[in-house]
Amino acid sequence: MRLLTHNMLSSNIKGVANGFPLRIEVEKVVEKEVEINHDFLRNIFPKIDWKALSDASRIMGYHELPEEPPEPSVLEADIEFLRKFHHALLELHLEEGALLCPESGRKFPVNKGIPNMLLLEDEV
Amino acid sequence: MKLKQLESLLGDLQQFSNPKVELEQYPTGPHIASRLLYTAENSFDDISNKVVADFGCGCGTLGAAAALLGAEQVIGIDIDSQSLEIASMNAKDLELDIDFVQCDISSLGWRGQIVDTVVMNPPFGTRKKGVDMDFLFVALKVASRAVYSLHKTSTRDLRFGVPQLYKFHKKKEVDIAVDLWRFVPRRSGERTINLRSAV
Repeated sequence: MRLLTHNMLSSNIKGVANGFPLRIEVEKVVEKEVEINHDFLRNIFPKIDWKALSDASRIMGYHELPEEPPEPSVLEADIEFLRKFHHALLELHLEEGALLCPESGRKFPVNKGIPNMLLLEDEV
Repeated sequence: MKLKQLESLLGDLQQFSNPKVELEQYPTGPHIASRLLYTAENSFDDISNKVVADFGCGCGTLGAAAALLGAEQVIGIDIDSQSLEIASMNAKDLELDIDFVQCDISSLGWRGQIVDTVVMNPPFGTRKKGVDMDFLFVALKVASRAVYSLHKTSTRDLRFGVPQLYKFHKKKEVDIAVDLWRFVPRRSGERTINLRSAV
């Protein structure tokens, strides 16, 4: 699971008011190189929850993203920043571990890169 | 990529070995899958460089087609772990980087409008009434550009209030007539178009 997917997933358990962002427990991270697409990164930047991405990337062992969201102008000029953003968003994969609901602590296991977000009957 | 080439690559994908009737698992054939994605890409620019989600992805045919046509990120979501295993192998065989999530679409927790386009071949809703509409409801919340969805032609009048004007059958061995619909979330102000002539 890429951190782009993590930036969208939320815990939808009955009674939980804010299930985003899911906390990450890491057992294994893999990196898969993909070609960088500057226009894609510029388009998606305003839709990303920056804190969720930068926190998640640190937990995954990548410490290059600033904690505070950068000014959008950085996206135009700073190729090095785009590379880091690209790496965190699309190249880091949570292969084994878990996602935890930030409110209830309910654990959603991640095996072979696939998070299991299925809810039990009494959680729906 | 040419349509023929796309269809042929999809034809090599592994399909359900043991379809589960209660989930209405039927494979999305390479013929219709390639045409659905080809139309989305070439007529509407909804695939390449986009974030695409495949709802109820099953063995991952539609998602794989989206990735082959240049989607930047593809997310396949299905309730069934065996389907996801096959889908994941299919993606690996084609050297495609696709994210998979195991989840019931009707209880999907989702933030924001990062997904541009949802492609799906939802359950027809003949086993579990209305499940096709549940899929559509969630898809329209998640997608910012468009939702492409296959629906049984016989439910057209019932579901969408459109008289059944056209009937067509895919291939001889598949005797279910389906419509391909393109839905656009209301906020962008466009109309919904039925693409029956396109498939």
